[in-house]
Amino acid sequence: MEQRIIVLGTGPAGLAAAIAARSRNKEVLVIGAAGQDSPLARAERVDNYPGLPGLTGMELLHVMEEHARSMGAQIVTARVNAAMGWGGMVSLTAGSDVYQGGALILAPGVVRAAKFPGEERLLGRGVSYCATCDGMLYRNRRVMVVGRTADAPQEAAFLRSIGCQVSYVSAQRPEQLADGINYIPASRLEVLGEQTVSGLLINGVEHPCDGVFILRRAVAPADLLPGLKVTDGCVDVDRGMATNIEGVFAAGDCTGTPYQVAKAVGEGLVAGEHAAEYLDTKVK
Amino acid sequence: MTVHFNKEGFDKALAGGQLIMVDFWADWCGPCKMLSPVIEGLGDEYEGKAIVGKINVDDEQELAIRYGVMSIPTVIFFKDGQEVARKVGVMPAGEFTAVLDNYLG
Repeated sequence: MEQRIIVLGTGPAGLAAAIAARSRNKEVLVIGAAGQDSPLARAERVDNYPGLPGLTGMELLHVMEEHARSMGAQIVTARVNAAMGWGGMVSLTAGSDVYQGGALILAPGVVRAAKFPGEERLLGRGVSYCATCDGMLYRNRRVMVVGRTADAPQEAAFLRSIGCQVSYVSAQRPEQLADGINYIPASRLEVLGEQTVSGLLINGVEHPCDGVFILRRAVAPADLLPGLKVTDGCVDVDRGMATNIEGVFAAGDCTGTPYQVAKAVGEGLVAGEHAAEYLDTKVK
Repeated sequence: MTVHFNKEGFDKALAGGQLIMVDFWADWCGPCKMLSPVIEGLGDEYEGKAIVGKINVDDEQELAIRYGVMSIPTVIFFKDGQEVARKVGVMPAGEFTAVLDNYLG
């Protein structure tokens, strides 16, 4: 575990970091959202990545992922919702699973969606980002699932299975939405409540509820790692892609523009090499 | 040392009026597992100065409801039997020690 590098993000930066770290013979675990949730996956044609012109974003992601796998990187699909450094180790959690390593590379992309009004203020007071963690606290109560990812309908089904009264809120009705879950189409949302959540304002209409589960593609790095230095939403890094937290590196869109595959891959390489070097110096 | 509280034990500790830090958790919760070594470390560090404990929200639903725990992990601090501070979510140890040190004066 002490010598393992954890990479958060399955896009070009994360995969390039994984390949670089595997080249330095480090054990690598890549954790991230399903490929189809990546903005690159929706690119119809990528023509500015040197050497591989004309591929779709999905094809590019696929060849990079295969490359990382063939180098021995382990890849896990999961939504990470918390991280921390403790005693020279870094830990990440997704649902009820905990992953540990000696160094962490943040490459989650840019979390573009702005927070909803009321979301931050009522976080932990009815607003939750983790159905697995907090669902049981809402048994027999009304909850809203704000689905922004492909796997959000499964989490809504989980909440229903443990006895929550679930409504699903998204711009379009997902095909896989389970029976018995009320669907509400929406674009404008606001979380309501004084001390705790009392409802969700959906396109101007108040829907009373006790909990709001907001499931996005990724949690913003600063929310994930308390104390991480961020400027204007971009993670602060040095030339070696090190952040202000020891053993934590960052690469790709999360460090700032340009949001391009070539830039992400370059930064991923640097981050992977420096994370490996960091582990080597830590041993001595 | 970290105390695993049930309702009776917790109410008794509360009535004692001492500074208490208690972590509401459950074993299905990944972030709680991640925070667990931090809480246990503080239990040792503050031995004799404050009571550091854990409450399993699955076993002690009444306590979770009494304190309106809506997200776990939630860490609540009590002094003279009253809640004085609350931290929701995973945080570095310093966030907790700052509160403990403040109330220890």
